[in-house]
Amino acid sequence: MEALFFEKLKEILEITDRELSANDKFKEYSEWDSLANLSVIAMIDEEFGVVIDNSEFKNIQTLGELMAEIKKRTK
Amino acid sequence: MNNVFSLKGKSILVTGASSGIGKQIAITCADNGARVLLAGRDEARLKDSLREISDESESKYSIGDLAYEENLNSLCEQCFELEGLVLNAGMVKLLPVSFIKKSDLDLIFEVNIKSTILLVQKLLKAKKIKKGASIVFISSISTQKATVGNAMYNASKGAMNAFAKTLALELAPRQIRVNIVLPGFVHTNILGVGNAENEDLKKHRLNYPMGRFGEPKDIAYLVQYLLSDASEWMTGSLIPIDGGFSLK
Repeated sequence: MEALFFEKLKEILEITDRELSANDKFKEYSEWDSLANLSVIAMIDEEFGVVIDNSEFKNIQTLGELMAEIKKRTK
Repeated sequence: MNNVFSLKGKSILVTGASSGIGKQIAITCADNGARVLLAGRDEARLKDSLREISDESESKYSIGDLAYEENLNSLCEQCFELEGLVLNAGMVKLLPVSFIKKSDLDLIFEVNIKSTILLVQKLLKAKKIKKGASIVFISSISTQKATVGNAMYNASKGAMNAFAKTLALELAPRQIRVNIVLPGFVHTNILGVGNAENEDLKKHRLNYPMGRFGEPKDIAYLVQYLLSDASEWMTGSLIPIDGGFSLK
């Protein structure tokens, strides 16, 4: 799951120059903007069948927290 | 005193009247003398809307999801002959273009434009829209100034603008007027965020030169003007009302 998650995230954010880590505060990426925000929520829905609404998404800071949230809801 | 902005003696149908802009339009119409038919999906909320309207106006409501043709037919049957029609029902779903699904696209087009076109068609066919009537479409400023994630909604409202202009041309010989209102961001619950202004909205508000978002009343007063005899020579117009948002 983790590999797919990172791969999709890099694809959306068009990150090619580095690897992502669970500790990353992804909203601080220079690639982060409102389109990225909507796209990541839509990707999580499409790939993992998990719907996270925008207000919940706001409280999530790191990629690790985001993955934990997805895992929690796919159980 | 003869008030040209009065809606006294006019019968008006408002779709999407259970909340937000549509609810306020219905109330403003009734306050200014009209008899209003409020159409919406949610009976409890329609009752709430009607409660805010004075009993003397003989206003009533009709429940039904207009995405289904049988509901359009029954609304058309229940409808009195109209001097005014306000097409306001609509929905939003934010998705970047690369994530659009056919099911979402179908739903948004069904609700925002196909049902609207069919309702107008059925009302015309049933001769429910009287000579000299006024039809008002509630579209969006986003058809003129795009925002990220709004492609499906914008496309449906752009279709609405084009449809309304054609309708204006076809109905002009019968003195039926058709105009299109393009509101900027108005405080309603269409985005499902309630009235609390979160960080994103606070940031978005900086794009509004007058320093605030719209209130449903701001839109309702313009619609009142368009429904009244004061705007008798106005048809086919696209009217932005956005606190200056589109100036920047």
